[in-house]
Amino acid sequence: MDLLSPIKDHHSEKRLFISRVILSVVVGMVLLGTVVARLVQLQVVEHEVFAEKSAGNRVRIEALAPNRGLIFDRRGRVLAQNLPAYQLELIPEQVPDLTDTLRRLAGLGLIDKEDIPRITDLSNEGLRFKPVTLRFNLSEDEIANFAIQRPRFPGVDLQPRLVRHYPNGLDVAHVIGYVGALSSSDMERLDRTEYAGTSHTGKTGVEYQNESLLHGGAGYQQVVTNARGRQVPADPSDLAQSTLQRVAPRPGTNLHLSLDLDLQIVATQSLAGRRGSVVAIDPNNGEVLALVSTPSFDPNVFALGMTRSDFNELQYNLDRPLFNRAVRGTYPPGSTIKPMLSLAALEVGATNLTRKTYCPGYYSLPGSTHRYRDWKPQGHGEMDLHDAIEQSCDVYFYEISRQIGIDRMHFYLDQFGLGQLTGIDMVGEKAGLLPSRAWKRGAFREPADQTWFPGETVIASIGQGYMTATPLQLANATATLAARGARFVPRLVAATEDPISGERTIRSPRRLSDVQIDNEFYWDSIIAAMNGVMQGEAGTARAVGRGAPYSMAGKSGTAQVFTVAQDETYDEEEVEERLRDHALFIAFAPLEEPQIAVAVVVENGSSGSRVAAPIARAVMDRYLGHATDAL
Amino acid sequence: MRFSDTTRLLTSKVEPLGDMTRLLRRAHLDYPLLGGLLLICGFGLFVLYSAVSENMDLWLQQCVRLAAAIAALFIAAQFPPDVMRRWTPWAYLLGLALLGLVLLLGDVGQGAQRWLDLGIRFQPSEIMKLAVPMMAAWYLHDRPFPPGLGHILFVAVIILVPTALIAVQPDLGTALLIAAAGILVIILAGMSIRLILLLFLMSIPGALVMWNFVMQDYQKQRVLTLLDPDSDPLGAGYNIIQSKIAIGSGGLFGKGWTNGSQAQLEFLPERDTDFIFAVMAEELGLLGVLSLLGLYIFVVGRGLFIAIQARDSYTRLVAGSISLTFFVYVFVNTAMVTGLVPVVGIPLPLVSFGGTSMVTLMAGFGILMSIHTHRKLLPH
Repeated sequence: MDLLSPIKDHHSEKRLFISRVILSVVVGMVLLGTVVARLVQLQVVEHEVFAEKSAGNRVRIEALAPNRGLIFDRRGRVLAQNLPAYQLELIPEQVPDLTDTLRRLAGLGLIDKEDIPRITDLSNEGLRFKPVTLRFNLSEDEIANFAIQRPRFPGVDLQPRLVRHYPNGLDVAHVIGYVGALSSSDMERLDRTEYAGTSHTGKTGVEYQNESLLHGGAGYQQVVTNARGRQVPADPSDLAQSTLQRVAPRPGTNLHLSLDLDLQIVATQSLAGRRGSVVAIDPNNGEVLALVSTPSFDPNVFALGMTRSDFNELQYNLDRPLFNRAVRGTYPPGSTIKPMLSLAALEVGATNLTRKTYCPGYYSLPGSTHRYRDWKPQGHGEMDLHDAIEQSCDVYFYEISRQIGIDRMHFYLDQFGLGQLTGIDMVGEKAGLLPSRAWKRGAFREPADQTWFPGETVIASIGQGYMTATPLQLANATATLAARGARFVPRLVAATEDPISGERTIRSPRRLSDVQIDNEFYWDSIIAAMNGVMQGEAGTARAVGRGAPYSMAGKSGTAQVFTVAQDETYDEEEVEERLRDHALFIAFAPLEEPQIAVAVVVENGSSGSRVAAPIARAVMDRYLGHATDAL
Repeated sequence: MRFSDTTRLLTSKVEPLGDMTRLLRRAHLDYPLLGGLLLICGFGLFVLYSAVSENMDLWLQQCVRLAAAIAALFIAAQFPPDVMRRWTPWAYLLGLALLGLVLLLGDVGQGAQRWLDLGIRFQPSEIMKLAVPMMAAWYLHDRPFPPGLGHILFVAVIILVPTALIAVQPDLGTALLIAAAGILVIILAGMSIRLILLLFLMSIPGALVMWNFVMQDYQKQRVLTLLDPDSDPLGAGYNIIQSKIAIGSGGLFGKGWTNGSQAQLEFLPERDTDFIFAVMAEELGLLGVLSLLGLYIFVVGRGLFIAIQARDSYTRLVAGSISLTFFVYVFVNTAMVTGLVPVVGIPLPLVSFGGTSMVTLMAGFGILMSIHTHRKLLPH
């Protein structure tokens, strides 16, 4: 309608504008009038009340940190607890010269020089009367040393506090994680109110994942301070009249993990300082029984506050002790995928249980002379599927891989959880890679690289090429094999416990849809072949399965290591060791009613059946109660 | 009329200072407005000296920022309104592009992504504080008044896009201010009162949606804290409790400059930034606070006077919006510090410690001065 009267009337326009200005002024005056009325209310009417409050404003609120929840293993043994210790604190508003104070403390060796910028930041941004921790866990000598010097350091004091302690730290470091001093970036993530009195927060592992449960809620108490803000003893009459409030903190929830400390210890000891990982899962419910990555580190050092140089030493160590191989290490799964691939082959009719193939030690695609080699140069001879699994004949799988095809391979291996996050209740897991045509189209930019080649299917059939998986994924897939297609989300926290009432809340297993292979006979046959690997006449790991009082199934795997990183210094012995193949092994036991599924990866361990299999056996022996050695 | 008489006094009647007056006249400044602003800034520096506990370093920093802000005012005043109008869409689009960049690669400062580092670090949302109302005025100025519903909806989009981009940074305080600046343009342009009331009623379900789906927990907490400060005595509630004690204990005459126990003993948090009004109320009392509010009213009044005198609808709308937005600043901050509205992190304009918003504010007043002084030079 406006468009029909496009002629602008400047006078009426201006009148309209002025009327709107007047309207705004009226509204503005009402709003400002409200503020002025409020000021009069506060400053004139209620002035006496506030003047009194101000004069008596000696009562300050001090936050009380909650006790962090404890962490137990499946048999109730403590994995993480809180122990008393003395720490050095600084109250920013009471320190006359922060820079000078910190410099002198560093001079006494009480703080690390490199920590000074971090402490300065923390001191400048928090509430000025809130203590900043300089050092956790002082030794007795340091306590004595500081006690003498205390008069020279106004605003700096010793405080008894609870410090996180991990009794078996080295054995559980990667799974439990650790707590560390709150940083400014943590404070952006966390609720400032709830963390007002807290000094530490979970940084990795279970400690990080379950931070909101473990932490609890802050309490507070009112404390009396003198005119300069220093706390003074409360007047007894105040306490009697309970004018000083105290609200107790709400302690953090205790966690009961499915983890078995014995298995953690056995696995760590069996890995014997090598780079590697062991993951064990209960196939009946997805409970993680062991999750080990070596080399490990002492999580207690983080809780106590480590110096930057100590941290760098861990961070830049060539063996990467801080790297959680169990959930973040991605390895070519090698022959460990053969049982799963066999099931897929049977289901799609790419082979049957009676078909035999001659293995001459190599395989060539029709119309090509390129030889894909078997690990056994002289060949395995006549092979059926059972033999091919038991002796890990590569040629048999090269051959059936063409009938299965990469996309059907992807379809079935995907159902065993490869190439995707397992969904374990722990941060940072990697998804590995399960290749397919669709994946390759999306992964490469050049059209020439986007085509899937037949040869890539061939090497995928023995778990090489693009395919990678984490030890956790392998253990999870093994558990699915053991449970004949029943899948669960792996999980660490089995139950939570209210620390006050002691009431436990059990977390029920999360079951996923079954693997779409219904023929029980297929499962029986493949599991029988895996049993043959460990307890058969010609099994690749028969030496390891020998003499076991229970039945078990397994499969070895060896993964080629292709390259050495460019930036590694050339050291003949070192490089040679790091060029060896990775050793893998998956196993479960007992056959009839499987209770444990294990995956072992030993980096550069050369042989799955010789190096990785004994570790799997040791873990299963311990769990099934047949351990020969006492811990 | 009184103000322009003063100007004329300053500029024409004093003959012996001919060269000086010509210079002053060419500077395109509005001296009553400048005087009001400088008085507020001076008052601010006076209070700030006490609020930073007589820390000369911080205080001098603020003086430097103030000088930069006055320079920005002076520069902005030199551009004729016609030039500004032609540049408006470009400034707006540039601001949008920069806001997009912030989302993609902005620096994270104090939990929020607001800063862009292009040689110098700055917040693109500052550009928008001026560009949004100018863009709204630019769109409306050559269309019939009062604007039809279709045009209003278009302007609403102009306002909402940058507001949303800033709100997700997340910087709700600035987003609200920018939305207010734009909406004020629409209201000043003569949008029907009935429509305004209707939108106001519709905003109630809108607020419910905001509460349930948009607002972050910390923002909800601030609202809840306002209703019951004692529910959160360690966090936001602490600020309000201590702020009210500071203001109330100041009384009529105050405890005296640098003598506020709440401020100086650090019971009062953020006393040099968002809560500086409480420091002033404690130390200078109701009389001190009312004097400052009086200065603010003078500045806003002078701004509105300039708006009414403006020669075309574009400059009228821009001048009106800038003046009223300044008032919104003052109101939101003082209402927040006195516990009337939730804590939204808006500084007290020209008084709180900190530079970015001060430069923008002063540039805005430079635009007002340009609008006023270039009008007078027009030949009739």
